[in-house]
Amino acid sequence: MAATASTAAGSAHELDLACTVNGEPVRLRVDTRESLLDVLRERLGVTGPKKGCDHGQCGACTVHLDGRRVVSCLTPAVQVTGADVTTVEGVAGPDGELHPLQQAFIDHDALQCGYCTPGQIMSGLACLAEGHAGDDDEVREYMSGNLCRCGAYAGIVAAVRAVAEQGR
Amino acid sequence: MRPFAYTKVETLAEAVDALAAAGPQARLLAGGTTLYDLMKLEIETPSAVVDVHRVADLAGFDTSGDRELVFGAGARMADVAEDGRLRRDYPALSESLWRAASQQLRNMATLGGNLLQRTRCPYFRGGEPFACNKRSPGSGCAAQEGLDRSNALFGGSEACIAVYPGDWATALVAFDAEVDVHGPGGARSLPLARLHREPGDTPQHEHNLAPGEIITRVRVPVTPAGRGSAYLKIRDRESYAFALVSAAVALTLDGDGRVDECRIAVGGVATRPWRVPAAEQALRGNAITEASARAAGEAAFTGARPGRANAFKIELGTRTVADAVRLAGSRAVG
Ligand SMILES: Cc1cc2nc3c(=O)[nH]c(=O)nc-3n(C[C@H](O)[C@H](O)[C@H](O)COP(=O)(O)OP(=O)(O)OC[C@H]3O[C@@H](n4cnc5c(N)ncnc54)[C@H](O)[C@@H]3O)c2cc1C
Ligand code: SF4
Ligand code: FES
Ligand code: FES
Repeated sequence: MAATASTAAGSAHELDLACTVNGEPVRLRVDTRESLLDVLRERLGVTGPKKGCDHGQCGACTVHLDGRRVVSCLTPAVQVTGADVTTVEGVAGPDGELHPLQQAFIDHDALQCGYCTPGQIMSGLACLAEGHAGDDDEVREYMSGNLCRCGAYAGIVAAVRAVAEQGR
Repeated sequence: MRPFAYTKVETLAEAVDALAAAGPQARLLAGGTTLYDLMKLEIETPSAVVDVHRVADLAGFDTSGDRELVFGAGARMADVAEDGRLRRDYPALSESLWRAASQQLRNMATLGGNLLQRTRCPYFRGGEPFACNKRSPGSGCAAQEGLDRSNALFGGSEACIAVYPGDWATALVAFDAEVDVHGPGGARSLPLARLHREPGDTPQHEHNLAPGEIITRVRVPVTPAGRGSAYLKIRDRESYAFALVSAAVALTLDGDGRVDECRIAVGGVATRPWRVPAAEQALRGNAITEASARAAGEAAFTGARPGRANAFKIELGTRTVADAVRLAGSRAVG
């Protein structure tokens, strides 16, 4: 990584960030204070990840970093250099066909206002990939990092379980 | 957030040098789930941040040793929680990790950062205008006149009653873990039980690391009590919350079903990871029954100093210890 605008040896207040977002290479200069969430939303126009709390407490900002789910509000953007970022925008197929989990959210009424949904989808995909969708209790435990103020939890659990059952 | 100078390092040696060069206002950044959170609140205002999240020397862990389990300070909570050997032979250690935070946070958070996470006391996190001796020494302690439901029953002082909120350290203290650190003066080890400080008159000093020292590893001596262990955590909601009370119990039973080795610690109620020798003593030599488990719980909470809104934790904690004893006992058999 090019550490420019150096103050002391190798330290900086701004850095060049190079990563991919939903498969597209991205290169931009970031303030070391910026979160991945703010860079996605405010700088790149990727507004799927939502800012619910900005403190790791709600999961609305969940994205995948090199295939693992993280909360982007507590991820300093500078830590993302060299990584692949996937947001809900990167989940549907090339012709826009919904991912089976997105379809399952519709089929199982897993949302009302939809604010938490991009985070729920990203968390649900990871939950499935990790093998933590074996039964309803396991889904509840491993989806607990995603709050839904509309209380669509029953539908969310059903949607994740339905895709887990399809996959076996 | 205040501006800070950012340095990313790749090796432990670089990290030690960078931290020393950056001076006393510098902080290590690992997963960032405590530090970056508190920087957003301007509770932490480091002048410089040394990012160790890619330091290979700190990553990794090994649970296969004959004498000890070794956990790199940079290992991620999620990876360690999933370890098959830990789940089977030290369930309390695995449970203390997967019952903490959320899977997203556990994918980010490191074991070293976890040990040094800071209190969730609402007046500490709330910032101005609340008085808080930990955040602003000498300003007072708003919790003691305010909502103290989440504050400590053990280890508090006139200056501060903030709970140490970590689950992992609570489990580790029951297992006599050792912490390896590396600093400008070289390497040394200290018992985990001596890593954290009680607040006393200086609640702003939370641990016994020297300036510039970095936690490199946590080591846990191998013990058959690992199998018979449990970490039980009682929360306001079923998951994704800090402990109201938690209990780490590890024990072995002799041929007659009486408790032989016995280790008990409690969380959510003390200013540092809190081992309870009186509870261990109460249980040792007895068969595990409802009454003996309850007696261990009562011994654990003898001497509790509740405030206005947290006295319920004495009964809750007594039962939590009792339930954890019985769960650990059921695992120790068979
Ligand atoms: C919403 C939420 C819920 C949570 N729930 C729980 C819970 O239920 N139980 C629980 O136990 N925890 C919980 N946590 C806390 C979480 O587990 C910690 O924030 C995390 O483990 C810290 O690790 P980190 O790598 O992100 O540390 P950082 O934030 O990077 O660092 C934390 C501190 O440790 C220092 N540090 C980091 N690495 C080292 C090292 N190697 N040597 C010396 N110093 C170091 C840093 O300088 C900093 O002061 C929760 C956090 C959030 C945000
Ligand atoms: S208990 Fe400690 S952290 Fe909480 S307000 Fe009082 S001094 Fe601050
Ligand atoms: S916005 Fe990131 S967890 Fe709430
Ligand atoms: S659908 Fe409204 S917050 Fe979940």
